[in-house]
Amino acid sequence: MKKLLVLSTALTGMALPAVADVTVMSWGGAYGTSQTEAYIKPYSAETGVKVTMVDADNPATPVKAMVEANNVTVDIADVEYADAIRLCDEGMLEEIDPAMLPPAPDGTPATEDFLPGALTDCAVATIVFSTVFAYDSSKFPEGPTSIHDFFDLEKFPGKRAMRKGAKANLEMALMADGVPAADVYATLETPEGVDRAFAMLDKIKKDTIWWEAGAQPPQLLADGEVAMTTAYNGRIFAAAVAEGKPFQVVWDGQVYEYDLFVIPKGAPNLEEAKKFLAYATDTQRLADQAKWISYGPARKSSGALVGLYQDGKTEMGPHMPTAAENLTNALPSSYEFWVDRDSELNERFNAWLAAN
Amino acid sequence: MQDDLPIHGETRVTTEARNDDFVVFDHVQKSYDGVSLVVKDLNLNIGKGEFLTMLGPSGSGKTTCLMMLAGFETATHGEIRLDGRNINLVPPHKRGIGMVFQNYALFPHMTVGENLAFPLEVRGMGKDEREAKIRRALDMVQMGAFANRRPAQLSGGQQQRIALARALVFDPALVLMDEPLGALDKQLREHMQFEIKHLHESLGITVVYVTHDQGEALTMSDRVAVFNDGKIQQLGPPSDLYERPDNSFVAQFIGENNKLPGTIEELSGDKALVRLGTGELIDATPVNVTAKGQKTLVSIRPERVEFKPEMMPAGAHMIDATVLEVIYMGDILRVRLRVAGSDDFVMKMRNTLGQTKLSPGQQIKVGWHPADARALDPM
Amino acid sequence: MTDAYSQLTTADGRPLKAALAAAQARARRRAFLLVAPLLLFVVVTFILPIGQMLQRSVYHDGFSNSAPALGEWFSSHPDGSDFDESAYAALASDLALMKKDKTAGEAGTRINYTVPGTRSLFTSSARGADKLEPPYKEALLALDAKWGEPVIWQAMREASSPWTSDFYLIATDRQRTADGGIERVPENERIYLWLFGKTFILSGVITFLCLILAFPIAHLLATLPMSKSNLLMILVLLPFWTSLLVRTTSWIVLLQGQGVVNNILVSLGVIGDDGRITMIYNQTGTIIVMTHILLPFMVLPLYSVMRTIKPSYARAARSLGATSWTTFRRIYLPQTLPGIGAGALLTFILAVGYYITPALVGGADGQLISNLIQFHMSKSNWSLAAALSAMLLAGVLVLYWLYDRLVGIDKLKLG
Repeated sequence: MKKLLVLSTALTGMALPAVADVTVMSWGGAYGTSQTEAYIKPYSAETGVKVTMVDADNPATPVKAMVEANNVTVDIADVEYADAIRLCDEGMLEEIDPAMLPPAPDGTPATEDFLPGALTDCAVATIVFSTVFAYDSSKFPEGPTSIHDFFDLEKFPGKRAMRKGAKANLEMALMADGVPAADVYATLETPEGVDRAFAMLDKIKKDTIWWEAGAQPPQLLADGEVAMTTAYNGRIFAAAVAEGKPFQVVWDGQVYEYDLFVIPKGAPNLEEAKKFLAYATDTQRLADQAKWISYGPARKSSGALVGLYQDGKTEMGPHMPTAAENLTNALPSSYEFWVDRDSELNERFNAWLAAN
Repeated sequence: MQDDLPIHGETRVTTEARNDDFVVFDHVQKSYDGVSLVVKDLNLNIGKGEFLTMLGPSGSGKTTCLMMLAGFETATHGEIRLDGRNINLVPPHKRGIGMVFQNYALFPHMTVGENLAFPLEVRGMGKDEREAKIRRALDMVQMGAFANRRPAQLSGGQQQRIALARALVFDPALVLMDEPLGALDKQLREHMQFEIKHLHESLGITVVYVTHDQGEALTMSDRVAVFNDGKIQQLGPPSDLYERPDNSFVAQFIGENNKLPGTIEELSGDKALVRLGTGELIDATPVNVTAKGQKTLVSIRPERVEFKPEMMPAGAHMIDATVLEVIYMGDILRVRLRVAGSDDFVMKMRNTLGQTKLSPGQQIKVGWHPADARALDPM
Repeated sequence: MTDAYSQLTTADGRPLKAALAAAQARARRRAFLLVAPLLLFVVVTFILPIGQMLQRSVYHDGFSNSAPALGEWFSSHPDGSDFDESAYAALASDLALMKKDKTAGEAGTRINYTVPGTRSLFTSSARGADKLEPPYKEALLALDAKWGEPVIWQAMREASSPWTSDFYLIATDRQRTADGGIERVPENERIYLWLFGKTFILSGVITFLCLILAFPIAHLLATLPMSKSNLLMILVLLPFWTSLLVRTTSWIVLLQGQGVVNNILVSLGVIGDDGRITMIYNQTGTIIVMTHILLPFMVLPLYSVMRTIKPSYARAARSLGATSWTTFRRIYLPQTLPGIGAGALLTFILAVGYYITPALVGGADGQLISNLIQFHMSKSNWSLAAALSAMLLAGVLVLYWLYDRLVGIDKLKLG
């Protein structure tokens, strides 16, 4: 009898994905949890539609395999910017009409409410993560305030750390040199612009340690190895809030990137998927997600609605890459630029690193 | 060549040592662990041009003595003198002693010629002189054609010759040999024994030879020092050791030997009467027994046992024996007997024409000349 | 002579040669069957991947597959031909095909390897390709003036065949000029050849340090009594049993600016608090940590060779009149050469290919060529990574050959 029960449960369980209305594939972990809490639970509660969450190491990989095999079992996938563009270029994603996305509460249409670059032909960004620079506030009580200060060893002596790679570093260097965020990539397209960026990096090269893994920068700060470092904002937030380290983020000159929702071509429940996508990317839902993780909502209008961290006392608003005051001098990372220039600039970067 | 002193020219010792004091061990003791002595109060004089063998079972201290002489071990106490000079603190490379090792220790990465050149090069000898000496040394061991071979390309016997040539090429007055023939087969070993002996005689060098093979010791040496338990048990010419062992150990260690335990019944001058455990009386020469009633072990060489009464001296005792086994060995017949309750009494008979045939089960009487039976310490 | 032999027969009349061959064939078959699993394993896991890597370094069909019309145009128009309307028509038809098949990204990626900044040229042009009208030259130039640049056309000509030397050009810091010639890249972008040289020099330094450190340890191991040498051997092998990352991280803790070594030096007053020595995140760090990690690979071959050198060789040399230094130099050292050679070759080859450690502790100037190979692999530029790897492999093979010529490979002794 018990066996039969188990068997029938298993059968229903297997049958479920067929009748389940939407299946979402994401990265799992704290990030997956934040999506379940902020999007899936309220959506199911409101509509009664069942949404299933599946985890993958990088959802873009199974999505590509599924589409190529004509056996798509997920309706929505969470992918990185580069994969969103690539999969779209290769025709593996449904195109998404921005008109189907809800406007901001004040009526601003979605195309204007989303941050620049957050909407592409086939993808809608949900969160923003950012490369910022952070410092140890116990070393600099009157801390640095602008990206220029990061490159100013006289005013703020001490070791620096940056990611070992051209991306984000060149942009920050140009912004520190006074190039407005909007002109950064146009400047970098020219050889003079690249020279200018490297000239800026030259100023701190002797005192810089180069990190590779995201976990390194908070460690370097904690060990006192460096006074300032560039880092992913979520890592610094975790160290500062969860572990109580005296780390301070400087948002000036931040370079941010998106994580996006896409719908694979041949999704089994296309219409339901679109409905869920519209719901999940509305102003309130994106703001809610910040309660669970320190990545910023991709909508401008969400910024004001961001509440407290799950510890119940940390105001999340100021920790968002997308908070209005953090966006005064901010640069959306350009996928198009880097896909064209990655090899060239990294060769140059590596040659520069190696030269003394 | 005998006049060439081995020690480096500048440290050449001019004090002429007495002829039999070329190498002197003077109250030498050696301990590795500070608890027990491996060599106990060793005193030994070796004469110039002598061939002296240190014979003994493994662990008897003979190799340690050789190593102390070579300089690879230091004496814990006492003095070792070479040609009148204390060499306790002289490092091995300044002693000028040639040495032949058990496994030859030919340098595998050098040719035969280079091996021989090595001791000459380190002495700073010029090329021409070197080559002449190498050629002479190789010819001496009949290996003249092998100068360009590597040791691995030579047979064991050939390697042994090269090792010998290398130890002699720099004209040392003293050569140490540490079981040099141990790795060779029997025939080759016997041949090399002869060659080494011949070289010793023609070069007039002093040789200290270590072995555990008593046959080797007997055939080659002028004198043999029998080692056991860190002490020299007996020192003397081979014939003395064989025919007149000083104690049971020497008697047993050298050559085949029948042992009969008993008690001294009568003791008069150079004659003793011994009563065996089974009650029979036998004749013996007292060696290290001093009083009536003392326990003793009588040692008789198998070839000195007689069973024909007509060969016995007058008045000599004979005892009953039972033939257990007759083994044909070509030149001799080896007869195993039961004598005085023991089953391992051996008698050797020359295989001569008309020799009496013995067969198992036969009852005979055996005896010996009293001088051939030695009453030794009980073991 | 051979005839005489071939006439020999076995007892039952079969020719001796045939009988021998048959008997040996059975033994050979059995031997082959025994090694077959390993052979298969090596072929599948080693030979095939290396072959594939070599192929990838000269083969990339990203462009040639998606641009058939241009391929045809290039093959019918020799190098130096004018890029006339017919060329642009072929380009337009290929771009339309790319839009249809969604292959513009792939094609652009291939051209982008040699002419940076062109991937987006393909993707954006392909988007409007079906709206192009003749004359195509004007239409395409109007779409993007870059289409007039000879460098791009030269790159497309080279890429129109899947077989290419482009990746080796890049890997040797060279590029194609607009007229099809080859030149070195601007000085501030030259990196690979220099890094190859540096990798080999650094590996040599590390190998040398390993040798200097390992020699006495191995000697001690080989001469100590068994009980003591076993304990020491465990200490030597301990790094083997610890995760590479743990070891590397421990060195970071030890050597960093606020690390153990610096703290001790400061507290002893050897250096001031502001004079802390930079021992990590640079070349020094790479050398120190890699020497430590590779040390066992030097110790073990040395130890196994030294263990076989009998002490009687040294004694013989001393008795023949050599000082202890001469004995070491003339007798002991030459006999350890097979171990030195094996250890050095092993250590050097491992060092040349090491990547995790320089990545973690190398900082700016302690990177090796393997770090760039990894970088290109992570960027999906498999062909360039393959070309660099093939060059590394060639370098190691040259060394191997040199070793064979100088020392003799038969003298190699690993254990």
